Amino acid sequence: MVQLWAFAVDMVTLDFGDSLWQRRPAVEVVFERLPNTLLLIAASLAFAILVAIPLGAIAALRPGGFLDRLTMSIGLIGLATPQFFLGLVFIMVFAVQLKWLPTSGFGTAAHLVLPALTLAITPLARFTLMVRSSMIEELNQPYVRTARAKGMGRARILRVHTLRNILVPFMNLSAWELIVALSGYTVVVETVFAWPGLGHTAVQAIQRGDLFLMQAIVFTIAFMTVFITLLIDVASKLIDPRIKLN
Amino acid sequence: MTDQGISQTGRRRTSLFRELLSDTPAAIGAALIVLIVVLTLFAPLIAPFDPADQNLTARLAPPVWIDGGSWQHVLGTDSLGRDVLSRILHGGQVTLLIGLCTTVIALAIGVVIGLWAGYCGGRADSILMRIVDIQVSFPGILLILLIVGVIGPGMMTMIIVLSVTNWMVYARLVRSTVMSLRQTPYVEAAELVGCRPARVIFVHILPNLIPPLLTLSILEFTNIVLAEAAVSFLGFGVQPPAISWGLDVATGRDYLFIAWWLVAFPGIAIALTVLSVNLFANWVRVTTDPQERERRFARDLAARQRRGLSS
Amino acid sequence: MTLTVRDLHVAFETRGGRVNALRGVNLSVAPGETLGIVGESGSGKSVTAQAIMGLIDLPGRIEAGSITWNGKSLLEGDGYGTSVWGREISMIFQDPMTSLNPLMTIGAQICEVLTQHLGMTAEQARERAVDLLAAVGISGPRRRVDQYPHEFSGGMRQRAMIAMSIACNPKVLIADEPTTALDVTVQAQILDLLAELQSGLGLAIILITHDLGTVAGLCQRVAVMYSGRIVESQSVDAIFERPQHPYTQGLLRSTPRLDEPATRLLSIEGTPPSLMQADDGCAFRKRCPIAADACKEMPPLVTEGAVQIACHFPGRPAWQARQAG
Repeated sequence: MVQLWAFAVDMVTLDFGDSLWQRRPAVEVVFERLPNTLLLIAASLAFAILVAIPLGAIAALRPGGFLDRLTMSIGLIGLATPQFFLGLVFIMVFAVQLKWLPTSGFGTAAHLVLPALTLAITPLARFTLMVRSSMIEELNQPYVRTARAKGMGRARILRVHTLRNILVPFMNLSAWELIVALSGYTVVVETVFAWPGLGHTAVQAIQRGDLFLMQAIVFTIAFMTVFITLLIDVASKLIDPRIKLN
Repeated sequence: MTDQGISQTGRRRTSLFRELLSDTPAAIGAALIVLIVVLTLFAPLIAPFDPADQNLTARLAPPVWIDGGSWQHVLGTDSLGRDVLSRILHGGQVTLLIGLCTTVIALAIGVVIGLWAGYCGGRADSILMRIVDIQVSFPGILLILLIVGVIGPGMMTMIIVLSVTNWMVYARLVRSTVMSLRQTPYVEAAELVGCRPARVIFVHILPNLIPPLLTLSILEFTNIVLAEAAVSFLGFGVQPPAISWGLDVATGRDYLFIAWWLVAFPGIAIALTVLSVNLFANWVRVTTDPQERERRFARDLAARQRRGLSS
Repeated sequence: MTLTVRDLHVAFETRGGRVNALRGVNLSVAPGETLGIVGESGSGKSVTAQAIMGLIDLPGRIEAGSITWNGKSLLEGDGYGTSVWGREISMIFQDPMTSLNPLMTIGAQICEVLTQHLGMTAEQARERAVDLLAAVGISGPRRRVDQYPHEFSGGMRQRAMIAMSIACNPKVLIADEPTTALDVTVQAQILDLLAELQSGLGLAIILITHDLGTVAGLCQRVAVMYSGRIVESQSVDAIFERPQHPYTQGLLRSTPRLDEPATRLLSIEGTPPSLMQADDGCAFRKRCPIAADACKEMPPLVTEGAVQIACHFPGRPAWQARQAG
């Protein structure tokens, strides 16, 4: 009982003990590495969202058309390719063959490009497929028929009418992608590119048997997951007037 | 009567098969799945070499179509002179085995708990669903690494850990479906007539769960394959001398600059497996939903007509 | 300034086969006219309206025929349609619950039409939107203009739809079962509003309904549709007094009347033919009591003065006269 209480106090005060490997408080290590991970995720998700929305919308305009089939195929391939493999392919092509970008490491903006791109592909594929299918769904809604009967052009209907309606489900998916990136994808991508973030640190901690540090990382991410979920709930209510705040 | 019944289901099967063939991506997916299963199942008979056989004179041989490659090692060899093709064929066994076992175990746990929570409701339901909520908010691969860090890596560990972290999706689906089915008049009628809970569950509820569970478990299978590959790549999954595609990519990574084929072929094997299963799962999802099925027909036709008009 | 539909054929492809929804529809509407289109479900009345507004999408297709406004085709896809729809010809729909965008304010949805078609600025459009809401009988329009559809009742939403459709002073308003989804008391209010607008603005209205009573209250002329064709078209008074086509006769006969103590409701035997089968004959002949060999051939739509009819035996009574008591 006393032990459990002590454990709870430790959790609340963010006291996860000292990292055996780094010989300093585990929390310190976590807060040192977390910003790097967040930078990587922010860059990749921003890229994925900016590309996916127009891509999915264009595909939805002509379901079954050439552009639609092209985006669908690329999307499905993107979903099927493991990130560690994709990262290595990018290194081979852009760093080794073309010598455009550094193979790995941290520091300049150039170092960010390949890891962010690798991390972006899976969410990009999922976003695009989602935007496409919900756009197709929305374009069949009666309110779109009304807008067409009002003489609104296709571009305006997509931009003003349907986009707003897919925003809430899209935000939920983005939050989910953010959580998945935090809790898994970054581990792989950071390891491939030796990016000094939380995921790479987690792998090193396990390799060194540093369970205190690992525990601190897992709890930090779990806490952030809960926080993101709450944030998205509030944001959905702001966008959709039908959802009432309780 | 019986005769007619048989011939009708027979016809339904052939027309279903024809529907699959008419959907090119799904047909390719299904064909690839069959090919992958056959190749990995009969890997010991097909593979030209023992995947563990080292041949130090033929180290890092490139694939056959590149200068220095030979038909002996079609996809080249690794740093110890082991045949890449044979390793991929055998590696598939581990991947598919872990994927299959995990999917079945997670499905079983999820269905039982989901049925229990959905059917009993009340306190059992709220406790079980709270567990699901807590576990869902716990970080995916990081949690797997934490568990592996405690109990040590290996194939059995992989199956257990992946099952324990994947049953929740099934439990959620089953619970919500059961909850809504219990409201339907026919289940209420069955309960009023005095059917025992077991009969209600197995005769009236379970059949309705099969289509969505089928699609979900096929999709989850691909997630398991990807997770296994990622964890093995990080070095915490399948351990040598066992062979896994993810593990082979990790080993090949050290030779990335001189022997790209060590990374490329196992990586392509993973991507192709997941892609073909996804293509097929998509088709299953649409085909088991009558409304979606009609829409797919309309879309295909519209696309064909548009192409016809423009050309 | 007339809307003319000539020999319109529309078909939909489904997994079960080809559905011939329209098989040669002819109609025209001039300013100030009110035309009712009556028919049962699947007779093609809504499809006709959708075709006029350019709302037929693949897998549906306009196979043949023409739709012209002021002599210019609306089907060319050269942008003439989008300049007419919502401005000179507008439409309101059956279900006001789903026909408005749930995430845009009522005002924004009205202003959109004004800025697009009349080039108004945002402020001008907003003022006009408030006026329009007041004109269709919505109280507190200044407050209402910034509300979302879910804050409106069903009848209020249909009023808002009407405000949107008359925003640019259109010449023709198509109302596709505008009252079907509403409460009975609200139905009458909406019909009154439409009648008021018709006389006030000199609108031509095409009212699509399955209810003959609604038509009698609002329309001057009626077109009866059956199985993808117009089978009879004449003035309201004439159609109630001297229905020519057996189907019209049956329809009137099966309408319950308040002035007679009917013992039981009467119906037309049988069901409409499937729209999938290609049939050359009169579509009604399987249910028609006076069908003869001649009916195996399609009767053309013959115009005689103000009366149009497609029957080999026009005017012949198909059923015995209603017996009182």
